[in-house]
Formats: sequence, C-alpha cells, structure tokens
Amino acid sequence: MSTIFAKRRARLLAMKSLREHYAPSGSTVTCPRCGRDSSRRAATESLYVCPLCGYHFPIGAYYRLSITLDHGSFRELFPKIPARDPLAFPGYREKLEAARRKTGLDEAAVVAAGTIDGRRCVAGVLDSRFFLGSMGTAVGEKVTLAAEYARRNRLPLILFSASGGARMQEGILSLMQMAKTSAALGRLDRRGLLYISVLTDPTTGGVTASFASLGDVILAEPGALIGFAGPRVIRQTIGETLPEGFQRAEFQMEHGFVDQVVPRNRMRETLSRLLRLHEKGGPA
Amino acid sequence: MSGDVTAAERVAIARHPRRPNISDYINALFTDFFEQRGDRLMGEDAAILGGAALYHGRPVTVIGTRKGRDLEENLRCRFGMPGPEGYRKARRLMGQAEKFRRPIITFVDTGGAYPGLEAEERGQGEAIARSLLEMSRLTVPVVAVITGEGSSGGALALAAADRVLMLENAVYAVLSPEGFASILWKDAGRSGEAGELMKLTAKDLKALGVIDEIIPEPGGGAHLAPAIVFRQVDEAVSRHLAQLSRERDLPGGRYRKFRRMGAAACQKEAL
Repeated sequence: MSTIFAKRRARLLAMKSLREHYAPSGSTVTCPRCGRDSSRRAATESLYVCPLCGYHFPIGAYYRLSITLDHGSFRELFPKIPARDPLAFPGYREKLEAARRKTGLDEAAVVAAGTIDGRRCVAGVLDSRFFLGSMGTAVGEKVTLAAEYARRNRLPLILFSASGGARMQEGILSLMQMAKTSAALGRLDRRGLLYISVLTDPTTGGVTASFASLGDVILAEPGALIGFAGPRVIRQTIGETLPEGFQRAEFQMEHGFVDQVVPRNRMRETLSRLLRLHEKGGPA
Repeated sequence: MSGDVTAAERVAIARHPRRPNISDYINALFTDFFEQRGDRLMGEDAAILGGAALYHGRPVTVIGTRKGRDLEENLRCRFGMPGPEGYRKARRLMGQAEKFRRPIITFVDTGGAYPGLEAEERGQGEAIARSLLEMSRLTVPVVAVITGEGSSGGALALAAADRVLMLENAVYAVLSPEGFASILWKDAGRSGEAGELMKLTAKDLKALGVIDEIIPEPGGGAHLAPAIVFRQVDEAVSRHLAQLSRERDLPGGRYRKFRRMGAAACQKEAL
C-alpha cells in the first residue's frame, strides 16, 4: 500500500516540477552570467547550475523539493492558502491571477512534509517566479503554519528563501508577517527543534529581516544576493558604487551571517548531515 | 480632528520638524531617566535612545527612535534611521527589562532602518529579525506608541508589542509613501497617491486590527499643543500597562495577537 502512495507522490511532484521552466524551452539553455549555451540535458543533470561558470539558475519550488526530499516522500502541506486582496489594492487581483496562470502556483510559498535519507522534516520553499517571492499574508501564513506543524510534530524545519521582500500590494499586513513568522520560529526554538535557513538568490527585505536570518544553521547558495536593503537603494543613499561581490553569499559568510555557502549539488547531502547531527540521542 | 484630513496631509504632520520627539516624551512622562548606550558588541547608535526611568514612580525601560532636533543632531542620528547597533542596543535593554521585571515602553518615529553599506555589512536584517524574535518572548508588558512615522521593519522592530498605540496623525506602513511609489510605479513623485492606497493612517490601521488604540491629537497636529498630547499618551499608556499587569500569559497573548494578522486574508483550510 505505502509504495503505491509513495509512487503516486513521486509522480505528482515530478509532474509539478516539470511544469516549471525558468529557461525558455528548447534544446539549449543560455546562462545569463557567462552568456554561453549548454544543452538542456547538461543543465538538468547539473540541477540547473551552469556547467561552464557555476551560475545557479533560479529554480521553482516543486523542483527544489524534488531534488531535496527522498523520492516518494513528498507530501504537500497547507496547499490551499492563496492570498486574497486584503487592502483592495487596485490591479492586485488581476496581477495575482496572471501570476497564478503563469506559474501554476497559488502563492509564492510551497510547504511539504517529507524525508531526507529517511529522516523526517518539514520543508518550505519560496518561489521567486511568483511576485518575486515577496511575503504577503499567504506566504507569512504558510511559513507560520510550517513552523507550527514542525513544533507540533517535533520535526526539524528547513526553509529555502528567495524573496524581493514585502508584498507591496498587501502593505502593512505584509509587514506584520515579519513579526508573526519570527514569533513562530521563536516558539519552535524554545522546543529545542532545529531550523535550517537556506538563502537563495535573491533574499532581501522583510524576509531577510525575519525568518531567513533566524536559522540555527544558515546556508546559502553560491552567488546569492542576500541583504536587507537592495543594492539600488544603498547606491542612492551613499551615492557611490558598491564593492564587487557586495551582499553576495560569500560576502555574507565572511561577515559572519552565513555558516556555509553550499553549491546546489551538495545541498541535499549537507542537509542530510545536519539532520543526522541534530537527531536526539545522536546518530544511529 | 476632523476625518477629512488626507493621508498625504497626515504624512506631512507626522514629519513636522516641531512634532514632539522621544526626548520630549521622556521629559514629560518619566522621571530619573538614565540613558544607556551601546550594544556591547560593536558600537553606539544615536538613532535609538533608551534607558531605565521611573514611570509614575515605577521602574520601566524606555526605548525609542531619535531623529534629532537640529542639523548636527539629525546627522548624528541619521534622521532617526537606526543601524544594526541601534537594534542590538534595543535588544540589550529589553533583555535587562526582562531581567529586572520592568515594563517596556517604546516610542516609534522613523523613516525605516538605515539602508547603508556598513549597516548591511553588520547585519541589518539579522538585527531586526532577532529583535522581533526576542520581543515575542518577553514576559514583561510591552506598550509601543507610534508617534510620528513608522516605516518598514525598522519601525516594527520596536513595535512587536502587547499593545500598539498610535497618535491620530502618525502613519505606519511597510515603507514610506515615496519608497512605495518608487518600487511599485518607479516614480517617487506619486507618493500622495501611494499614501491614499497604503492604508497608513491610524484609522485604517485600527480597522485592520494592526493597532489597538488611536490617541487623539489637537487640531492641526501634536506640535501645536504638546502638553495635551503628553497627557493623552500618558493616560493611554498607563491604562494599558495596568491592564497588561493583570495578564498571566503575556507571550502567549502576544503570539495570538500577531498570529491573527493577515490570517483571515487567506482561506484557512482544516489542519
């Protein structure tokens, strides 16, 4: 019985992640950093990391989960929490609809329960294709529900962030999600449970200033832009150009805000090791 | 004050240079204020002023953003835009309030956290996030008063409180109207229009459940009759502190308060 369900789950996740195409369809993928072409097959085999320069392409939430969780273990949590339009902001509903059509997602966050090398965890992913992964009420609610679910079931929590910051169209209610998610993680922390924050390109604004910065362990993908204020705003403030590599993952590690920069093809094994290191009673 | 003041007018009143500031509130409402400086990690940030004081004879911790009164002080305080040292100092003082069982009163008037190179190098985002997390766990009462501008996470970092009070002409939003218009429409000149859409007035925020009480101001704004405003703020703060002192589970109540925000805006499914 359980293998039937596992197969069905695996197929569902594979289907969902297949729908996600960042790069235009075709037999080649062009790297936006080095400008060179790779075959789609090579790109897929390298988990959408440019085989020539190491650029990490943005990837969709379901694809991220499919390369992180054990085959067949994926079970989506809280799938039906789409944002409404709490401030009746002009044009927002239409934009939400367009984003839903374009991405096949209901909102910018996807949360799932699953296992990594057999160890159970809760994993959440922000998808930068949906309103730049910005945090509105639905994203805040899903992250909070994920933390509460992890707390209730005594499971470790892994959140992959990618966000332009607050969802402008939800105004002050977006801002309040920072307090809400941080408080939920505070409660998880009090229970002695592990929270791993993985920062991917880009993680900025209200997400950086809340749950993304609160991990027991903070990992980042190579080259990811990570900061509170965006580079354009800082340039305007100081009126000069910013140093090379400013606010990139490696910069944040040097400045003490990231434990390790982990390439995509090492991410799953790194997470697996961290889950093993935090098992109660030590590794089996 | 009548209800037909536009959001843009309120933004102007909230930013009025003679609007009562943190030092005015400390002088008017507290005695024996003892300023505490520094985050004990890296430095001192004048954009946040804080310390211990007596409030109606009882020890409390007061923390607020400081914009400065003259140009020299403005520059020293970066016009009230704190850096990570400021938020870490605030967190240190909140930790002491917890240790010595002092209620915390915060005064918020800031255009937001300072978007500078060094602020980023020293973890502006982490400093705000940590402040939000620690505030959520405090077991002493916390009352926040939004007195002028409350913009972005830089304001929220001092306002994740049991009670959030707001002056009638204060504004509180995810971003300044200029920043909002600039991000959404690439045109900071449309800030007036943004102000109307952002729901940043005290009345709007009360309706959304983001704030708990509106403190009325005299016609034209607080700077025209500060003594009246101090009396109103004092009355509201002491009333809320008295209520909170009877609560048994402050962190639990605070969690539920923020937990609800925006939850109704999403369709809840059965867990």
